[in-house]
Amino acid sequence: MYSEKVMDHFQNPRNVGEIENASGVGTVGNAKCGDIMRIFLDIDDETKVIKDCKFKTFGCGAAVATSSMATELVKGKTIEEALKVTNKAVMEALDGLPPVKVHCSLLAEEAIHAALWDYAEKHDMKIEGLSKPKSDIHEDEEDEEEY
Amino acid sequence: MGKMIYLDNAATTKTAPEVVDAMLPYFTELYGNPSSVYDFAGKTKEAVTASRQQIADAIGAKKEEIYFTAGGSESDNWALKAAFEAYKTKGNHIITTKIEHHAILHTCQYLEKERGAKITYLDVDENGRIRMEDLEKAITPETILISVMFANNEIGTVEPVKEIGMFAKEHGILFHTDAVQAFCQMPIDVEELGIDMLSSSAHKINGPKGIGFLYIRKGVKIRSFVHGGAQERKRRAGTENVPGIVGYGKAVERALSTMKERTEKETELRDYMISRIEKEIPYVRVNGHREMRLPNNVNVSFQFIEGESLLLMLDNYGICASSGSACTSGSLDPSHVLLAIGLPHEIAHGSLRMTLSEETTKEDIDFTVDHLKEIVQNLRNMSPLYEDFIKKQK
Repeated sequence: MYSEKVMDHFQNPRNVGEIENASGVGTVGNAKCGDIMRIFLDIDDETKVIKDCKFKTFGCGAAVATSSMATELVKGKTIEEALKVTNKAVMEALDGLPPVKVHCSLLAEEAIHAALWDYAEKHDMKIEGLSKPKSDIHEDEEDEEEY
Repeated sequence: MGKMIYLDNAATTKTAPEVVDAMLPYFTELYGNPSSVYDFAGKTKEAVTASRQQIADAIGAKKEEIYFTAGGSESDNWALKAAFEAYKTKGNHIITTKIEHHAILHTCQYLEKERGAKITYLDVDENGRIRMEDLEKAITPETILISVMFANNEIGTVEPVKEIGMFAKEHGILFHTDAVQAFCQMPIDVEELGIDMLSSSAHKINGPKGIGFLYIRKGVKIRSFVHGGAQERKRRAGTENVPGIVGYGKAVERALSTMKERTEKETELRDYMISRIEKEIPYVRVNGHREMRLPNNVNVSFQFIEGESLLLMLDNYGICASSGSACTSGSLDPSHVLLAIGLPHEIAHGSLRMTLSEETTKEDIDFTVDHLKEIVQNLRNMSPLYEDFIKKQK
């Protein structure tokens, strides 16, 4: 059901872990839905380049793989460039996701944005094109009826 | 990939080679239509009758009370829809449980939405058993049918079927049970248990896929489900699935003859597996009743991790299992059964079901638990929930 790339990033996830005293940390998703992503960023204050990026994820194979790929894609990029890493870019880099798993890639994008938002808040700065992250670990999402 | 360890026998089982052998002649040699008059077709008719008798004997029924269907889901659909149709002048109320298979639940929802049925979905306790007092409170003069599964497919809990049967009989209410998981895993006698209708499926007991039966007690006014022919006493038209029926008979014969020995062995391995997991992996919960449980069912929840990742990791080692996590169901919610026994969503997402077979060995169990330990730890190391938990502990 998953592409080889997804399986590779699931089985050998890149950048798993934490960054101590990270410049920015973002956590999105909620345990109720079965997906939580936390992204840690280490950003050079001068150049605004993302020097390092790590993640921790609770979720399915696609959630782990998109986290892994998203961290790979933003590493070494400037904040401005990182903002252009969309869920579509993450999906394409993974050779696609099954339709029911597309929300996982959205979560990865949101997690990066949440971490950048955290960085901006800590530095009392405004990042052009970045709005406050929507989903948050503490917010309860509406139940969706299946029938 | 090396050896495969198949621990998903509640999903389906391997068709036994002797079952396949019994079926094969009915494809290329004895292919006659049982409804035809010539002698050649008579042989297939005899085979269907013999299989029907074998199955009837297995549950203490008469062969005229066994109706072949395409499987468990069809049997469930038929029992509910046709009983409602036949008895709606008497009342429109059906009682079932929150932990039924979707073949029951979705049929009930259909009857509710489209046919004006009133359905009571009974709660279950933390082990997954209904409470008799809830059932007693739920009946009304309108109640025509009680449908409670014999044993649950996810958590393995066996329901108090005999008590329900006696209660239904006392109140003149029909009692249907979905015995897809229980049939041939434990003795079933429809007389003794007061069962009026019973659903079953062959592929859960090493028989072929696509064949099942519905037992309908003589006297129950159930109408035809498929119109068009005289097969199955005019109640389910369509040329009989002769190879399937023959295979089903063989599978039942085989499963009954091995039942005692097989279920004793499975129960021992099941309990060994559960105790190893509980001893060796922290933050784990065993789901389902400890004793009133299918002999081959293990269901556990690991905190802080998600079921689909767990399944994919196990698959790396050739271990086949299943999970009640939302990701494996294609919906946002985890298993309705795990929610009904009171598990919080995040713990339900981390559930793992392993269902053994007669071929499962102690070595298989040890191999599985050894890898499970390592996989659970790896996934926890990756989990932000575990990170938060550990930090709080400090």
